[in-house]
Amino acid sequence: MTFELFIFYVFATVSVLSAVGVVTMRNPVYAALFLILAFFTSAATWILLEAEFLGVVLVLVYVGAVMVLFLFVIMMLDINIDPLREGFIRYLPFGILIAVVIAAEIIMVLSSDVFVMEIPKAAPLDFSNTKALGEILYTDYVYPFELAAVILLVAMVAAISLAMRKRNDGTKRQIPADQIRTKSTDRLRVVKMKSEEKL
Amino acid sequence: MIASIKHFIKTFTLFELLQGLSITGKYFFKRKITIQYPEQKTPMSPRFRGHHALRRYPNGEERCIACKLCEAACPALAITIDSEERADGTRRTTKYDIDMFKCIYCGFCEEACPVDAIVETHVFEYHFEERGDHVRTKEVLLAFGDKHEAEIAKSRAADAPYR
Amino acid sequence: MDSLIAIWESVPEALRIVIVILLKIIAILLPVIIAVAYTTFAERKIIGYMQVRCGPNRVGPKGWLQPIADTLKLMFKEIIVPTKSSKAVFFIAPMLALAPALAVWSVIPFWEGGVLSDINAGLLFVLAITSLDVFGIILAGWASNSKYAILSSMRVGAQVVAYEIAMGFALVGVLMLAGSLNLTEIVNAQAGGIQNWFMWPLFGLLVVYFISGVAETNRAPFDVAEGESEIVAGFHVEYSGMAFALFFLAEYASMLLISILTVLLFLGGWLSPFGGMEGLLSIPVLGTILGDGIHWLFLKAFFFLVLYLWFRATFPRYRYDQIMRLGWKILIPVTLVWIFGIGIYKGLQIEGIL
Repeated sequence: MTFELFIFYVFATVSVLSAVGVVTMRNPVYAALFLILAFFTSAATWILLEAEFLGVVLVLVYVGAVMVLFLFVIMMLDINIDPLREGFIRYLPFGILIAVVIAAEIIMVLSSDVFVMEIPKAAPLDFSNTKALGEILYTDYVYPFELAAVILLVAMVAAISLAMRKRNDGTKRQIPADQIRTKSTDRLRVVKMKSEEKL
Repeated sequence: MIASIKHFIKTFTLFELLQGLSITGKYFFKRKITIQYPEQKTPMSPRFRGHHALRRYPNGEERCIACKLCEAACPALAITIDSEERADGTRRTTKYDIDMFKCIYCGFCEEACPVDAIVETHVFEYHFEERGDHVRTKEVLLAFGDKHEAEIAKSRAADAPYR
Repeated sequence: MDSLIAIWESVPEALRIVIVILLKIIAILLPVIIAVAYTTFAERKIIGYMQVRCGPNRVGPKGWLQPIADTLKLMFKEIIVPTKSSKAVFFIAPMLALAPALAVWSVIPFWEGGVLSDINAGLLFVLAITSLDVFGIILAGWASNSKYAILSSMRVGAQVVAYEIAMGFALVGVLMLAGSLNLTEIVNAQAGGIQNWFMWPLFGLLVVYFISGVAETNRAPFDVAEGESEIVAGFHVEYSGMAFALFFLAEYASMLLISILTVLLFLGGWLSPFGGMEGLLSIPVLGTILGDGIHWLFLKAFFFLVLYLWFRATFPRYRYDQIMRLGWKILIPVTLVWIFGIGIYKGLQIEGIL
């Protein structure tokens, strides 16, 4: 067993175990933490496959941003865990059925020759994964890439327009821009007055 | 219009932030005003009110005549006095306790005293080593007065013209 | 000496590599930790001086042993675990805060070739690992079972995610000009004297990067995470002793990191400002001092570190909505416009017009 293989098995075991942890943990925060661990170890295995760009981006996007927001939401929820466990036995047959179907699908897909390909040769040490990805994205796949960007933009705008609501109930709110632009002359008027006559 | 452009430029050049930084930057090089306390001390007024002391006359007779004016004047009720007639027919204290935990160092006792017996010295760095030490007895106060008499007299003399 | 070499020769090849790497890690981390200790001292001294005080000057000559005394004190303090806290997460959180802050140092080049792991996606690695910093804080807040702590971790979560975007965009400008993600190559792209440093064409991005760096590390004026007037000490209210020290270490290690990264990306790293002047550099002793070297890196990084402390001495804490406004509505648009400008410049360069 080479050193590389050893590292691969370590990461693979951890990622499988943490994936199991995601579904078995009772506390949603722990489940989210195991999900983070699973992402992290998958990123490590990707990097072992010399896909360092994808691995790093997985950590950057999923672990660094998505999971933070996930945790953010989960921590704010006050979930009563016990009712969630009710009916476990009742739903068990259905759950097993779905699991079997999914497993069968995966086995069928993997055993067909869609994914059969010769093992790619290891790239030279100075090969830049990032550069290769960039070249493909901006030449062969430029339209799908731009399309994906536009779709993401639309999704962003949609999310903002859904979540933004202007309240018209007369509540006063702070508008930082206005606060910053205020000058003393806007708030204060110096009035020149004659001093009072001496009685 | 011009004002808003001015505001825009001011914001994006971080003008006000740089102004603030320059002020703290200037203060960085200013002379430091810290007093290195145990080694250096600030000058002290002759009216400074620190630890109490009971004084004596030059012939060794204690000044206090147990008039209890200080006890009456004390706003914190820190002073307790018992008195008795001595063999020579004068009234003297048998007990003169000051509870230093109650004392607020207002100096009223000193003001009230007709014979300048109870005074407050310049000593403010003192401590108690045992439970109960905070109640300063007559013996302690007299000993304290004997120890610091020179300094007490000096500061009384310095303050005399203003009284 | 010969016997030592013989012992070394007898060690198997694989183990030798591991030992060398471990020694390198120690050689990087030990100075980092000592630097962290003395950054705390510098902070207290500099802020003290700006407030016309002396700062700590009692422990050792001129107070120089103060950080060591602080460390000793923290080591001997009890670690109190709040009841009903989530114990495992409570102890994992400080480690999660510290580990990324130290892991990033593995790709930081200190001089030409002076880097533990010269990976070609170095900049991305830095971004990815620094984005993990926030977990330690969030989990610490949650595990403490304290209202103040969780409020703080909520603030940090939103703030760090917001400023990471501005930070990433600022880095995009750098890698557009350098044409590489490798930190050594980015520095080498700035060779040839002070006029070639990226700080001139990317000045706006430098400012944005440093501001968002300050926000990322939760330092004043963006330190809402530990707003002591509102939420006591934020995410680490419940931590004491070494567990608290780890958070402290992580915060200051990140500060050092941001300072060094700013220098590497915008100020030419270890390159000397007199790069182009052959006449000056050929003078025997003066030439070596003024030439490229690690001392330039440290000198420039020290400036940014002082800037951190200077900020803390100068600016009052931002209000939370102002932080969000600054991050989303000002810094990100500024970087976008700047990147657009650089894109046009690069495009013209490729077309051969410039």
